[in-house]
Amino acid sequence: MKKDTIISLKNITVSFNGNIVLKNFNLDIKNRDFVTLLGSSGCGKTTILRIIAGFVQPDSGSIFFAGKDVTKMPAHKREVNTIFQNYALFPHLNVYENIAFGMRIQKKPEDEIKNKVQEMLKMVSLSGFEKRNIANLSGGQQQRVAIARALVNNPKVLLLDEPLGALDLKLRKDMQAELKKIQQKMGITFIFVTHDQEEALSMSDTVIVMDNGNIQQIGSPQDIYNEPQNAFVADFIGESNIIDGIMIDDYLVEFAGRKFKCLDSGFAKNEKVDVVIRPEDIEVTSPENGHISGTVTSVTFIGVHYEIIVDIDGFKWMIQSTDSQKSGDVIGLILQPDDIHIMKKSEYSGEYGDYSAFSDEMYEIYEENLLYDCNCNVSEKK
Amino acid sequence: MKIKNFSIVYILWMLIFTIIPMALIFIFAFTDKSGEFTLENFFYVGRYSNVFLRSIGLGAISTIVCLILGYPLAYIISKISVDKQNIVIMLIMLPMWINFLLRTYAWMTILENNGLLNRFLSILGVAPISFINTSGAVVLGMVYNFLPYMILPIYSAIAKIDKRIVEAAQDLGAGKCNVFLKVLLPLSLPGVISGITMVFVPAVSTFIISKMLGGGANILIGDLIEMQFLGSTYNPHLGSAISFVLMILIFISIGIMNQFDDSDEDLDEVGCK
Repeated sequence: MKKDTIISLKNITVSFNGNIVLKNFNLDIKNRDFVTLLGSSGCGKTTILRIIAGFVQPDSGSIFFAGKDVTKMPAHKREVNTIFQNYALFPHLNVYENIAFGMRIQKKPEDEIKNKVQEMLKMVSLSGFEKRNIANLSGGQQQRVAIARALVNNPKVLLLDEPLGALDLKLRKDMQAELKKIQQKMGITFIFVTHDQEEALSMSDTVIVMDNGNIQQIGSPQDIYNEPQNAFVADFIGESNIIDGIMIDDYLVEFAGRKFKCLDSGFAKNEKVDVVIRPEDIEVTSPENGHISGTVTSVTFIGVHYEIIVDIDGFKWMIQSTDSQKSGDVIGLILQPDDIHIMKKSEYSGEYGDYSAFSDEMYEIYEENLLYDCNCNVSEKK
Repeated sequence: MKIKNFSIVYILWMLIFTIIPMALIFIFAFTDKSGEFTLENFFYVGRYSNVFLRSIGLGAISTIVCLILGYPLAYIISKISVDKQNIVIMLIMLPMWINFLLRTYAWMTILENNGLLNRFLSILGVAPISFINTSGAVVLGMVYNFLPYMILPIYSAIAKIDKRIVEAAQDLGAGKCNVFLKVLLPLSLPGVISGITMVFVPAVSTFIISKMLGGGANILIGDLIEMQFLGSTYNPHLGSAISFVLMILIFISIGIMNQFDDSDEDLDEVGCK
């Protein structure tokens, strides 16, 4: 199946009351893709959705829909439909009329409306709910009506603005699977906005990680998780230990006071880098067998595993392990080459990835220890 | 428990000032001067059917004019920035802080035969027109005095509509006209209903406006009732009977209005383009 570009944002700049939300923003979205815009609140992800829907006019830049410039086209003429965060169902209409709304506007014949509404109700498992007042539906049911109301119009692109935020965990999991199924069945583009990284990883073909109106990384969920491009992405997606390191040579990195083999190359010799190590990749052993060792400072049981915080030369590492450790014990850690991921330094370096209660004092101790212990030139300027 | 005790105060208040007076009106309406049961009062009410018709007619016209003027204004207010909204709402309420009599007197001096309006017209070379003592002047007085009661409930109903619901309608293909007819209008209908009720009821039963601006030829039910209690024709039994009939009529018209509120299906018939 050929995936051509369906939506394209070119040099979009948007500001609200003088605050620039997006600046020279560019994005291409492929047809039939399940794309997720992931970021914390205020990162501009919802604004992008509203620009595509036509609710926000950019100050400058253009939006193309299947190659056609739709920048000036009003919302009601665009071939996209939206599922709103609070569902925004029509309170004065029942379930049937809510779903039929779009087709009534288009003045479709009554029997066609009836057939399609029934079909949609069946798809979202709400058959028999036609006459229900929407105020009497549960959150999950309202959500389904919103999905049916949007999809009944056969949009080429469906925009979803944190649609699962108001649902409880169990229901959210079910709806995630259901939305993914619907997207595959209908074969249309979904643009999904969320701040929940797990949701983004489990549903998407493509994840776009955003911060401060900028794209931090675009890639498949696997890429985003395994090969984060900077400290922000590494920290936002899952848990990460992010350590300052020096790329001695291709496939050789120095951090935490010793050299490690790794799988990354293409950096300058002795380039300062961020080293990412996922807590679940670290293997615990006895101090003498480990590559590095440290003292356990806290152990928390969170269900699937223990979260163990280990103090290594003043830097707090997180380890996820199914075996518990005793607080105060000295343990050794084994790091295999494929556990180590190297990132270029970015504006986010040093902001994330240390699991101590972060404070200036801690930072100073950490800095001093590094200088003293390994005698290397990791002298981060504050 | 304490709140429950406190509610007795309200119950007592309502008993003394609502239930008992209504019972008194009821009793007076069905008795004669000697206190005997009679339906005679209601036969007399029948003689004034022209006054009833005029009151309801002028009240209805005023209500419709208020609606035609008030709805667009309420809609426009809801669209402007919140700061400006507060200012405009202030301005609409401001005349209500000035005494009702004074406001109506002001219109008298404007509409009089040698009043401001006619003097202005004579400057333009137009012959004097008698504005005062016409039913038009009464309608004007009613619209002027009761317009805020139409605007405010409609405004608050429109302002309460979630913007995302409007966006959802646009998203589903509704242009401005359809957004208004299929979303804003039905959702603001409760405001319209209460606006109509709040204008129609006082308009039908007013007596000052008709007395000051309508002259002798435009007496309304309110004037009629006033005459029975304060005038030379002192007859509280007839006055009570008129009040009673008026109450029933208002009750029926509100009932009809609320019926309209429940079923907005007929709005679906209205189309755009």
